[in-house]
Amino acid sequence: MAVSRDNLVAWIEALQQVYNENKEYLTKLDAAIGDADHGINMNRGFTAVKTELESNPPDNIASVLKSVAMTLIKKVGGASGPLYGTFFLRASTAVTGKEELDAAAVVSMFETGFSGIIQRGKAEVGDKTMVDAWTPALAAMNEALDSDASLKEVLEKGAAAAEQGMKDTIPLQAKKGRASYLGERSKGHQDPGATSTCLMLQKAAELWS
Amino acid sequence: MKKIINNPDDVINESLAGVAAAHADLVRVEYDPAIIVRVDAPVQGKVGIVSGGGSGHEPMHGGFVGMGMLDAACPGDVFTSPTPDQMEAATKAVDGGAGVLHIVKNYTGDVMNFEMAAELAQAEGTNVEAVVIDDDVAVQDSLYTAGRRGVGATVLAEKICGAAAERGDDLKTVADLCRKVNANSRSMGMALTSCTVPAAGEPTFQIGEDEMEIGIGIHGEPGRERMKVKSAKEIVGMMSEAIVSDLPFNSGDSVIAMVNGMGGTPLIELYLVYNELNEFLKEKGITIARNLVGNYITSLEMAGCSITLLKADDELLELWDAPVLTPALRWGE
Ligand SMILES: Nc1ncnc2c1ncn2[C@@H]1O[C@H](COP(=O)(O)OP(=O)(O)OP(=O)(O)O)[C@@H](O)[C@H]1O
Ligand SMILES: [Mg+2]
Repeated sequence: MAVSRDNLVAWIEALQQVYNENKEYLTKLDAAIGDADHGINMNRGFTAVKTELESNPPDNIASVLKSVAMTLIKKVGGASGPLYGTFFLRASTAVTGKEELDAAAVVSMFETGFSGIIQRGKAEVGDKTMVDAWTPALAAMNEALDSDASLKEVLEKGAAAAEQGMKDTIPLQAKKGRASYLGERSKGHQDPGATSTCLMLQKAAELWS
Repeated sequence: MKKIINNPDDVINESLAGVAAAHADLVRVEYDPAIIVRVDAPVQGKVGIVSGGGSGHEPMHGGFVGMGMLDAACPGDVFTSPTPDQMEAATKAVDGGAGVLHIVKNYTGDVMNFEMAAELAQAEGTNVEAVVIDDDVAVQDSLYTAGRRGVGATVLAEKICGAAAERGDDLKTVADLCRKVNANSRSMGMALTSCTVPAAGEPTFQIGEDEMEIGIGIHGEPGRERMKVKSAKEIVGMMSEAIVSDLPFNSGDSVIAMVNGMGGTPLIELYLVYNELNEFLKEKGITIARNLVGNYITSLEMAGCSITLLKADDELLELWDAPVLTPALRWGE
């Protein structure tokens, strides 16, 4: 399949439910190595996103992403607000004028969005952040694209790699964000931001198939 | 969770409404986006000073809005950085033509959101400088962390920069002073109990009846070490030694000292801590030139305290003594 404007909106609206259902889980993860607000932040952000998309429905793919970005920037705060906000803002620039996204366009949308996360947060692989979920996910998606996989396969590979990357954050010592204040004590816990990223990609893989 | 609230989701707005009603002579409150603004802002020709951060640290920052201190504060959700649209609105509201200083505590979220806000305000033609406060010695400042956290020095920087702006210093001078205050300040905190974020409903961390956390942050983030509760003398000794040896503060130095309550510790204990601090510093040949004892940068209902020392010279003391009129800090004239 190719992703239409409506498919994109369906994904975003589903994310509202995902973050609502995982609010306590993400907040618990953040309580262990941060300040116990990541689930609350994501739930607040995507609830506002859904309301905004319903009351002012944008008519194309790029403007949907831009609307999501502006709402997240305004409503989330914390580190994840500017990071995910910048992600969606950049992602929108990769799909300007497109009515449908094939597998390559979806990956390019994620990749461009991810470059915004790097620019804003300056984290590197291994710093125990959402970057540790995005990086293997994008590598796996690009690899699948190269072997002419379908969108479904590309996203499944990406989601699986994100999940592995998320789990691989457990032994890491955090070097960015609030968790870095803990030093050695940040080891042994899964990063909340890597987890919210993984949930995002899993939902895309589930819906866009 | 046991709190005097109506609904966890309404805590910030209802508390802001209380501030607006109690201090209408000093500040006005806007809700969408949420900002607390000095009642006579923008003051023409004066550098505007904006700060902000998560709520739950009251009176910081909203209680410091007024003559001689902040022009505006941006309250985020509890313990969560405010958002760029709040900061941009605050910046616009206080821009009297001389530019605006952002005083930012060093937390990833605060720094990134203020960065986005500065980009937005600059795109609209307002001159913005940002100074990041990072005075907490509990956290090692190294390549491997997000750097030291911003805590008590923020209060001192807001007072001193506010006085400088009030007397007509330009943006660069006020920003340089802010950097000077930050460079010469060090802090450390400790906690006896946890705190409960209203929206979370449960204590942020568990701590035994007989335990304390040394080096605690202002959001209940763990600090350096968990240990059995010790005497006030030992606690103050540990914290002060870490502070004094870090800058370092030397014999002959004169300081502004703040003994700050985390929200759940009574003044009787804070004064006891001040007494220990005074003894400790005397022993080291360090003189307390000015002091502040009370709840200024809190962590909801956490029991505990923090100590901040600022190495002071005549310029800083003069600015410290200048009149200030805000909901939470007022003296002079
Ligand atoms: N510099 C960074 N680059 C990429 N991701 C980061 C960075 N810093 C933090 N993160 C991610 O953000 C997540 C935490 O997000 P959260 O919503 O809890 O914000 P926060 O750090 O608590 O912000 P605040 O301190 O203002 O409350 C971390 O788990 C991590 O994945
Ligand atoms: Mg957090």
